[in-house]
Amino acid sequence: MSMNADAKQQYQASLNRVLDAIKLKEPDRVPLIPVVEAFPYYYAGLTIQEGMYDYHKAGAALDKFYADFHPDLGWDPVLMYPGKIMELLDMKWFQWPGRGIEDPNSMYQYIEKEYMTEDEYDELLLDPTHFIQSKWIPRSFGALDGLKYLALRDSIWFGFFNTFPVFGRKEVQDSLQTLLKFAEEMNKWYTFLGEYDKKMENEFGVPLAYGAWGYAPFDWLGDTMRGTVPILRDIRERPDKLLAAIERFTPIAVEASINGAKASGRPFVWVWLHKGVDQLMSKEQFGKFYWPSLRQYIQELVDAGLTPFIYVEGSYHKRLEFLREVPKGKVVYDFEDIDMFEAKKVLGDVACIAGNVPNALLSYGTPAEVEEYCKKLIDVCAPGGGFMMDTAAMVDDAKPENMQAMFKVTREYGVYRR
Amino acid sequence: MILDEIKEALIEGNKEKVKSCVRQALDAGLAPSAIINDGLISGMQVIGVRFRNEEIFMPEVLVAANAMQAGMNIVKPLLIGDVEIASKGTVVMGTVKGDLHDIGKNLVIIMLQGSGFNVIDLGVDAAAEKFVEAVKQHRPQVVGLSALLTTTMAQMKRTVEALKQSGVKVMIGGAPITKKFADDIGADGYAPDAVTAVDLTRELLGLG
Ligand code: B1M
Repeated sequence: MSMNADAKQQYQASLNRVLDAIKLKEPDRVPLIPVVEAFPYYYAGLTIQEGMYDYHKAGAALDKFYADFHPDLGWDPVLMYPGKIMELLDMKWFQWPGRGIEDPNSMYQYIEKEYMTEDEYDELLLDPTHFIQSKWIPRSFGALDGLKYLALRDSIWFGFFNTFPVFGRKEVQDSLQTLLKFAEEMNKWYTFLGEYDKKMENEFGVPLAYGAWGYAPFDWLGDTMRGTVPILRDIRERPDKLLAAIERFTPIAVEASINGAKASGRPFVWVWLHKGVDQLMSKEQFGKFYWPSLRQYIQELVDAGLTPFIYVEGSYHKRLEFLREVPKGKVVYDFEDIDMFEAKKVLGDVACIAGNVPNALLSYGTPAEVEEYCKKLIDVCAPGGGFMMDTAAMVDDAKPENMQAMFKVTREYGVYRR
Repeated sequence: MILDEIKEALIEGNKEKVKSCVRQALDAGLAPSAIINDGLISGMQVIGVRFRNEEIFMPEVLVAANAMQAGMNIVKPLLIGDVEIASKGTVVMGTVKGDLHDIGKNLVIIMLQGSGFNVIDLGVDAAAEKFVEAVKQHRPQVVGLSALLTTTMAQMKRTVEALKQSGVKVMIGGAPITKKFADDIGADGYAPDAVTAVDLTRELLGLG
């Protein structure tokens, strides 16, 4: 791969910009860190279906985006999840163009259901690993249904006389075969992503945004196990069990994120927040069920030398005071719907803030409106550093000229020093 | 009185108690429509008011709605024909095609029902034609469209256009929606939240 001196320099400049902003210092200019999801693929004229079924087409589409836009943190084609591999598993909680969705240009979708029922808390608490292996995995992946027969925790002493023979069952063997095939395919995808990451660095001079992903412990349970409405009812109907499960999951969530960042060798951990939004629970409920475990999670990541990028989806107007309770200059809050002026006031001396350029504006507004919005953000949030420009939510169908307007105004108006 | 007990149990979100009280009321010979109107719906009205005043939040509303559903499941089959369920008007609600988000829409429905409106729920992923069909069938005064994705906002436009001929009033909402967008696509109103959605429905119906 070619090593381009300009790219090297750009890469370093971008990374420094971001690191300064995180440390609450003024960089040379406001960093641009838009989290783009389908946008680059739409922009290049590739369908989502093509992107999900042909890694190299996805890569080529992203090339066009990086040739025309130069963010300070970028995403490799990781968000074009590999369709074939997911088919192999017969994934139940996802549908995408190619499986379940007809329109080749539609984004993939998470299918919400109770993949853990309300009466299964005790089982989960007794042994999360066994519950996940014997219940959650078979329910989530049709092709791994055979794993429900395994009960390795009963192997102690001569217990293995009973627990090992199930490996002779056809269903178990089929599942294991699928896993072997999965691992092989997954390695191909990872190799492709690894190559693309090098290209981003060496050709486009764009640092990769993420080292690992994570979730708030409440969401860990709420997203793919209980579901949004059921977990909100659990707050009223079985608060003690819910709290016990969250407590149980917190060290697991921490461990997963630290392991992920170790494996990639990159310290930025993106944490997607879902169920703690203003409309879904009261401030007291947030303070009791959502925040304490998230706070602990953030603290432990920071203690491990990592930088949490907390991607705050939805409205967080009523949560600001909580968010202050993190180590200074180590955390990024990337907001969707919040009063950024208030956020700067409350969080400015503690954490770097980002986000809030409305996606609806990017999809339906004009470049002049986008420019005006971004200028206001810069006026209010940039002084003193600790601010990065990002959209409110992940970008799918924005108008290219509006994205360009956001980039241009940040480059020109967001300058601290030449 | 047993109807008050139903109402209280519903407000507490105590599903089991709602069920047993509803059964008791039936055994005592109370009319199913009375159980619905003066027990279940009047409980939901209290929930609506408390939610509006921010005395309670989503979890409390959800357990109450669940309790309501449990009660309804017992009573509904016993209703003969079209009973008199006091209604200020009919609203058809749905999340537009391609969009599966329904928590906000469901909250709007709960609040509307709690305020005495009859609501027909088309669920999620509802195409323009489905709304048109439902308008023909149910003759609502208002249609409500919900969308949470920028990519499905375009479906609102399509649906509003498809409904033009029928003359029904269309209200829209959802996190990315703005007043301006509503005006641009020719919707009759926009509500930023469930409480405002009830006020807007009243306004669209001229109920003041
Ligand atoms: C008719 O009149 C009216 C009047 C008022 C109306 C109205 C109608 N409808 C709503 N209102 C108003 O009143 C309500 C009550 O006050 C309010 O309703 P809301 O719905 O706004 O508020 C609810 C009470 C609480 N809020 C919510 O329920 C939504 C919260 C967020 C975090 C959210 C959730 C929970 C979910 N999601 Co989704 N989700 C997000 C959301 C972030 C956000 N900005 O909202 C958003 C909308 N999701 C997003 C995405 C991308 C997705 N989601 C998806 C899935 C899900 C879950 C299933 C996990 C879950 C939904 C569960 C469910 N049963 O609805 C997928 C889409 C599936 C699909 N095709 O629809 C998926 C595509 C993710 C994926 N790849 O699978 C983002 C959209 C980005 C964009 N470009 O538009 C998103 C903004 C999050 C983000 N920051 O990235 C008002 O808007």
